Amino acid sequence: MSNNEKSHRTGGLHIGEPAPGCAKTDPMLIIDHVKKSFGGLTAVDVEHLEIPKNAITALIGPNGAGKTTLFNLLTGFDSPDTGTWSFEGTSLAGIPAFKVAQLGQVRTFQLTKALSLLTVLENMKLGATGQRGEGILSSLIPALWRKQDAEIEIKAMELLARFKLDTKKDDFAASLSGGQRKLLEMARALMTDPVLVMLDEPMAGVNPALTQSLLDHVINLKKDGMTVLFVEHDMHMVRHIADWVVVMAEGKVVAEGPPETVMKEQAVIDAYLGSHQDTDLGVVTGRINIIPEEGK
Amino acid sequence: MDWGSILNNTIAAFLTPTTIAFALAALGLAMHFGFAGLLNFGIAGFMAIGGYGYAISVLTFGLPWWAGMMVGVVGSILFAIVLGLPTLRLRGDYLAIVTIAAAEIARLMFLTTAFTDVTGSADGLFGFNTRQDGTGFQNSNPFPSGDYGFGPLSFNHQTLWVLTFGIAILGLCLWLLWALMRSPWGRVIKGIREDEDAVRALGKNVFAYKMQALIIGGVFGGLGGIVFAAFSNVSPGVFVTSLTFFIWTSLLLGGAATILGPVIGAIIFWVLQAFLSNFLSQLALSGILPVSTTQASTLRFVLVGLGLMLLVIYRPQGIFGDKRELTFVK
Repeated sequence: MSNNEKSHRTGGLHIGEPAPGCAKTDPMLIIDHVKKSFGGLTAVDVEHLEIPKNAITALIGPNGAGKTTLFNLLTGFDSPDTGTWSFEGTSLAGIPAFKVAQLGQVRTFQLTKALSLLTVLENMKLGATGQRGEGILSSLIPALWRKQDAEIEIKAMELLARFKLDTKKDDFAASLSGGQRKLLEMARALMTDPVLVMLDEPMAGVNPALTQSLLDHVINLKKDGMTVLFVEHDMHMVRHIADWVVVMAEGKVVAEGPPETVMKEQAVIDAYLGSHQDTDLGVVTGRINIIPEEGK
Repeated sequence: MDWGSILNNTIAAFLTPTTIAFALAALGLAMHFGFAGLLNFGIAGFMAIGGYGYAISVLTFGLPWWAGMMVGVVGSILFAIVLGLPTLRLRGDYLAIVTIAAAEIARLMFLTTAFTDVTGSADGLFGFNTRQDGTGFQNSNPFPSGDYGFGPLSFNHQTLWVLTFGIAILGLCLWLLWALMRSPWGRVIKGIREDEDAVRALGKNVFAYKMQALIIGGVFGGLGGIVFAAFSNVSPGVFVTSLTFFIWTSLLLGGAATILGPVIGAIIFWVLQAFLSNFLSQLALSGILPVSTTQASTLRFVLVGLGLMLLVIYRPQGIFGDKRELTFVK
C-alpha cells in the first residue's frame, strides 16, 4: 500500500535544506510573522512558513501547539495580533472567513460541523458556490435558479456516490455516524471547488473500517489537482499520505521536511513524541514493570 | 352554565383582526427563530413600530392610509437594521437580550409624556382609520354599510374591510415565506440556524443573510402591528412584553419551522383564549370556581403559561412541525 502511494509523491518540493521556514519551489500559502496570543499565552508565533502547491502537507505537534489556532487564523475565523499571509499571491490579512472560502481555500472543523437538521443532500447543495438562487430577490423567481439547482444536485450526487453516502441523501445529517459526518463534511467542502483543502483532524473519531476510505479520499484530492493541508495526530496517516510535514510546538514551527526524515529529527522527537516514544506507557507512568524482550 | 354563549364567543375568535395580527407576527417569528435561529424576544417592538408608524404618519403628517402603512413597514425595517448591526455578530443569546430591551425602549418612547403631541402618551392614538378628508383606511372601504356573515361569524362592513385587507396581507406574507424557504436562499438560512461557522466556511456571507432574515421577519411583525392598528387604535399598553410571549406561544403551538403552523397556532391561541375566558367566568358565575368572574378570566393567562411550558417540554416541534427538525434539546 505505502509503496503505491509513495509513487504519487512529487519530489523537489523545497529549495535548499529542509529547515523550519525553508522556501518551496511552488508555494501556495506564504505565512510571515503571524503571531496570536490569548492573554499571556502565545498560541501561535510563526516566523515564516510556506505550504507547497499540489502536495499533501501535514501539520503535526503536541496538544496546545497552536495547530488549530493557525488554521483559524489562515481561514479568517480568528484574527492575529500581527503578521501577513498570502494565498496564491493574494494577501489574506483582514479578509473575512467567507471571502477566504470564496477564493478557494476551504476548511473542515476538528469538531465536525454537519448541519444536523438539513438532509445530507441539502448539506451538499449548500456547498456549491455562485448560486443564483441564494440572492434574496432572485430566490423568489424559480426560473432563474431551477436549472442551476438541478446541475448542483447532479454534482452533489456524484460526490456523495464517491463518498458512499448516496443512499443516505434524504436522511437528516444528524442521523449519520461520526465517521460518516466527517465524510459528509469533506464532500461538502469539495462542492465549493476548492484549490486548497484544509482538514482539521480528519481522522479523529473515525472507526478503522472508514479510515482506509478516508485516506484514499485525501490522496484523491491531490490527484484531482488540489492542495491539502491537514492537522492530524495519527502518525500512520501522516507517514502514509503526507508529502511534507510541518511540526509545531508551543506556537512555533520547530521542524519541517519529508515525513521519512522529519520524524527522525531530534527536535521533533523531543517536542512531539517525547523522550519515551518507544517505551510502554506502563513504564512511563511507573505502574507496570515490563520485562525486556529477549535479545534487547 | 350558558354553553350557547361560550360556544358563540369561542367560534367568533376564529376570524378577528387580532387573530390575523397575531398570525402575521408569529409568521415573522417563524422566519426569525424557526428558520434562521435568531432568538427575537422583541416582536412586540416591531409591531409597535409598525402600528405607530402608520398612526403617526396619518395623524401628524396627514399622509393617506396606504402611505402611512408604508412608513410603518419602513420603520420596522430600520428597527431591524438598528438591532441587527451590533448584535448579529454576537452569539444568539445576546440577540435575545438586546431585542427584549429594544422592544421595551420602543414602548417607553411611545409612553413618555415628552412626545404626547405625536404619540398620545398613555392614551395612545385613535381616529386615524376614518378621516374627514377621505384619505383614511375606512374611507377606502369597498363594502357598502351593513352586516355580513352569519351566526357568531358576523361582522359589520368596517370589520369586514379590515379582515379582507388583513387576510390579503397575510396571504402575501405566507407566499413570500414559502417562496423564500423552498429556494437556495432558504437553504442557506436553515444552514445558519444549524451552524453558522460551517456556512461561513462554505463562503456564504452569514451576517448579510442573518440581517435579511431579521428584516423580513421584522416587516411581518410590523405588518401585524399595522393590521392591529387598522382595526382599532394603538396604545402602549398593547405592545407590552407579554404580547411578545403570547406570539411565541402561538408560534410554538403551530410549529416554529413551518409555514402554516404560526397561522394555525395564532387561531388556536385565540380560540382557546376565548373559550377559557368564557368558560372560566361561567364556572365562577355558577359557583363551581370560588373566585370572582374577573379573577376567573385572568386565570386563563396562568393556563397559557402552563401550556407553553408543557408544549416546549413535550412537543417542541409544535402541532405541524417535524420533530426531527426543531427541538430545544440539541
